Amino acid sequence: MPKSIDAPTNGVIVDLNKVSKYFADVPAVNGVSAQIREGEFFSLLGPSGCGKTTLLRMISGFEQPSSGSITIAGVPMEDVEANERPTNMVFQSYAIFPHLNVEENVAYGLKRLGLSKPEMLKQVNEVLKLVDLSGYNKRPAQTLSGGQRQRVALARALVLKPKVLLLDEPLSALDKKLREQMQIELRHLQRTVGITFILVTHDQEEALIMSDRIAVMLDGKIAQLASPQELYSRPVSKWVASFIGVMNFLQGDLFRDGGDKLSVDAGILGKISLNQEQIPVPVATGPVTIGIRPEMLTVLYDKNSTAEFELNAVIMESDYYGDMTYYTVKVEQSELVLIVSMRNTAGRTVLKEGDKARIGWGSESLVILAESTSSE
Amino acid sequence: MTQTISNKQNRTGLALVSTPLGFSLLLLAVPLTMVILMSFWTQNYLVLEHSFKLDNYIEAWTHPLYQQLMLRSVRISFLVTLATVLLSYPMAYFISFYGGNNKVRWLFLVTIPFWTSYLLRVFLWKVILGYNGVVNSTLDWLGIIEEPLVFILYNSNAVIIALTHAWAPFAILPIFVALEKIDRSYLEAATDLGDGPIRRFLRVTLPLSMPGVVAATLIVFIPTIGDYVTPKLVGGKDGLMIANMIQVQFGKANNAPLGSALAISAMGIVGMISILFVGLNRRWLKKE
Repeated sequence: MPKSIDAPTNGVIVDLNKVSKYFADVPAVNGVSAQIREGEFFSLLGPSGCGKTTLLRMISGFEQPSSGSITIAGVPMEDVEANERPTNMVFQSYAIFPHLNVEENVAYGLKRLGLSKPEMLKQVNEVLKLVDLSGYNKRPAQTLSGGQRQRVALARALVLKPKVLLLDEPLSALDKKLREQMQIELRHLQRTVGITFILVTHDQEEALIMSDRIAVMLDGKIAQLASPQELYSRPVSKWVASFIGVMNFLQGDLFRDGGDKLSVDAGILGKISLNQEQIPVPVATGPVTIGIRPEMLTVLYDKNSTAEFELNAVIMESDYYGDMTYYTVKVEQSELVLIVSMRNTAGRTVLKEGDKARIGWGSESLVILAESTSSE
Repeated sequence: MTQTISNKQNRTGLALVSTPLGFSLLLLAVPLTMVILMSFWTQNYLVLEHSFKLDNYIEAWTHPLYQQLMLRSVRISFLVTLATVLLSYPMAYFISFYGGNNKVRWLFLVTIPFWTSYLLRVFLWKVILGYNGVVNSTLDWLGIIEEPLVFILYNSNAVIIALTHAWAPFAILPIFVALEKIDRSYLEAATDLGDGPIRRFLRVTLPLSMPGVVAATLIVFIPTIGDYVTPKLVGGKDGLMIANMIQVQFGKANNAPLGSALAISAMGIVGMISILFVGLNRRWLKKE
């Protein structure tokens, strides 16, 4: 989309244009272009070393891009120092000043603005209420728990009403239960304040739960930028598919089915006709990778129940998760191994190793994947 | 069973601790007690009177000479401490923040003066600061001065210069350690919240490095007040300090009790100043 000159922001708050960062000739971020919209919850997701934190630090101004440009709220950031950018950061370690109490920590950035004392205190108390820490004003920083530190870090950044809030793996130091609670809370908080959040995370579940859009990064590049649903159901590459959730991969042969319809020959699974939705990126006919999510496969418990496609298989492994059971099954008369997940609803028995099972699926459950293009 | 084990552990512990304990009792507690006791006795020409009197303290605190020496010692020590900490802080800051992979090398360089004896180093200051010394001849050669500077040797300025140089490593190390312990994310957080380099230093780096500054201050202040080698060598007659007088009392003047009273008084003053300093610092840190 061509950029308009009259309306520089155009609903875009952070504009990354071919941003690269080299550390001693090694690219950490390699030509990333993305437009982050005003008011959205945006996540940079990827394994460690993929460049997501470097990208965040370039937006905050702690690192300078080796090439490319970053524009925030229509203003090029080339000559804007970190302390003058309209961004604030929640650090991975939270970086709560140990020599100050909660109130002083939260008021840290306000002190510079020359507000009256009552006005400052009012703003501090408002934001403390927002993060559910009312009355903690005088607590020394050292006495706070991990979750409380996280809230103080949020309050300290939000009180300055930044245009963009940057979060560098803010939940990774919390235990699982608290982390899950904070994921929901952060999402609510973002909706309440309406500020653009940019989150860096390596946890795909976290990104899916919280984000409006996710940029999956690999080797300094964006492998896919899409909404959580899009990312999960229509991954553009085998790598993205396996990074987000669990995916079964099969080899297949893509061919034209008479007219302009495409079908895939999936060997023992049969010939399946496809619709356009199932091919996220254009693929040439010939050998392709087919992806099927475990929940798209079903164990047909009932003798009478049928599915569009069926296979006989043997359970090799049964992993019980409480709400779900993941079965690793081997298709009979084939080397094909699949992972099938089933919800443990009332009356449904959990199958054991060696049990025989009929596996069913529909033609719409497949997705055709290009080979991983980003990992070269 | 547990009883025997804990007994055994107790015995091992006692065995381990007894040597240093005996050492410090013999070399620290005993002499200190003796000095305290002696300070209440009286030297009556050649006889030491073992009576309990405050006369020595009265003399130590009222005689103008001793007052003057004591005040001068505190003033010199204070100025040495101030100069040492002010000069050491940037040094430590540089090593900690810009030392990169060479931090150990820098610290190694800081300790190089210790490779020569202290006496030698003080004598070198004579060579540097003297009438025909390095400083004067250089300034003369440059045409900056016509007459050699005389205020830099054989007075308290020379003592301050020599002591500041001698104690710098003792100040650099604790400040360096304190700076190293500051998590760099605090500095990034301060920047992120809008502080420029100077405000950030005053609001985060300095307060968080205060423990190192306090340690450096005490490490320099406490021993320098009792220094007597430096004033004797480069202090001239105007640069003498209380420790020189204590030495005289124990030696030539043959008045060990008065010397003891002066020593205990000096110790008391150092102690009081140090406690006051630590207390003030703690309150100041609490406030901000």
